[in-house]
Amino acid sequence: MSKFKMRKKGMPAISTASLPDIVFMLLFFFMVSTTMRETDLLIKKPALPVASEVKKLELKSLVSTIYIGKSKDTRISGDKIQVNDKIVEVKDIPSFIFSERALRKEDEVKFMTTSIKADKEASVGTVLDIKEQLRDINALKISFSTSKGNDLSSNYK
Amino acid sequence: MARRDIGEINAGSMADIAFLLLIFFLVTTTMDVDSGIARKLPEKTDVQSDVIVKEKNVMDIVVNRNNQLLVENEYVKVTDVKRLAIKFIDNGGGFGTPVDGKPGEPCDYCEGDKDPNSSDHPSKAIISLQSDRGTSYGMYISIQNEIEGAYNELRNTLSKKLYGRTYDELLNDYKDNPSKSLQDKIDDLKNKYPQIITEPEPIK
Repeated sequence: MSKFKMRKKGMPAISTASLPDIVFMLLFFFMVSTTMRETDLLIKKPALPVASEVKKLELKSLVSTIYIGKSKDTRISGDKIQVNDKIVEVKDIPSFIFSERALRKEDEVKFMTTSIKADKEASVGTVLDIKEQLRDINALKISFSTSKGNDLSSNYK
Repeated sequence: MARRDIGEINAGSMADIAFLLLIFFLVTTTMDVDSGIARKLPEKTDVQSDVIVKEKNVMDIVVNRNNQLLVENEYVKVTDVKRLAIKFIDNGGGFGTPVDGKPGEPCDYCEGDKDPNSSDHPSKAIISLQSDRGTSYGMYISIQNEIEGAYNELRNTLSKKLYGRTYDELLNDYKDNPSKSLQDKIDDLKNKYPQIITEPEPIK
């Protein structure tokens, strides 16, 4: 017992002076990499399909996102479309794109991309309807949002 | 003017404050990079022009509501689409589309079988993807991915042959330092294997 006590006495305290520095470093990393979530999902979070030939979306500020997924209420069937903070119909898509365009500078409009985040269970009909609406108003750049992976078998059963 | 000695400020709580901020940013951070399959939609025109396309220059992909696939009237699996698409695009059995009034030339960079019953030239090869309204989106994306993969592989192979580097590497280089010569190379590759994908009205 006495031996143990002796050793404890001899040990110097670990300096915690550099602890704030480490924490600050981490803090800055997360501050820089953080993006605040702008939209709350009203639909069930879409389970994105997997694809291997993906391209990263450049110019995040020029991307407008359309979500397609199931309703949170399981009794309601069919695909729901969400833009910004509300659930809309297919015919409302053009007005959404126009409002997005109004927020950007005129010369940036042609670089605007529409990202479609659809659930892999969603039906192609809904997606094609949206594509047709986008064609009508000349929003031609689209991206089917996917997660990157090489095993595509989870996309279909 | 007597200067009063100010005691040292205790910095012990600094770590606590930093931790608090750290935890806040940790929670709010989302690090997903949005990535996906990029597509350019065809422009809408009022004029409906009838273009006559030979049957052999079209690769028909049909997918029904049970996620079953037909390619050229044969039942196939999704994983076969890439191979079939490459074979079809790279066939080069005839002459390309006429450019600026000059007659089309045979494909001198194709490595296909030169089958007269398949596509004439990559610039003429059209992939038609007909889906059903009830097809699942995951299936649709898988097919799009396979088609994209076919084009990428063809461009990579050709790029490797011409410039010693793959198309992906060229694109990456271009992102780092965009130069005119690189742009020309990329455009050339895109022109040699243009993506011609058509999506007819879905089956109701």
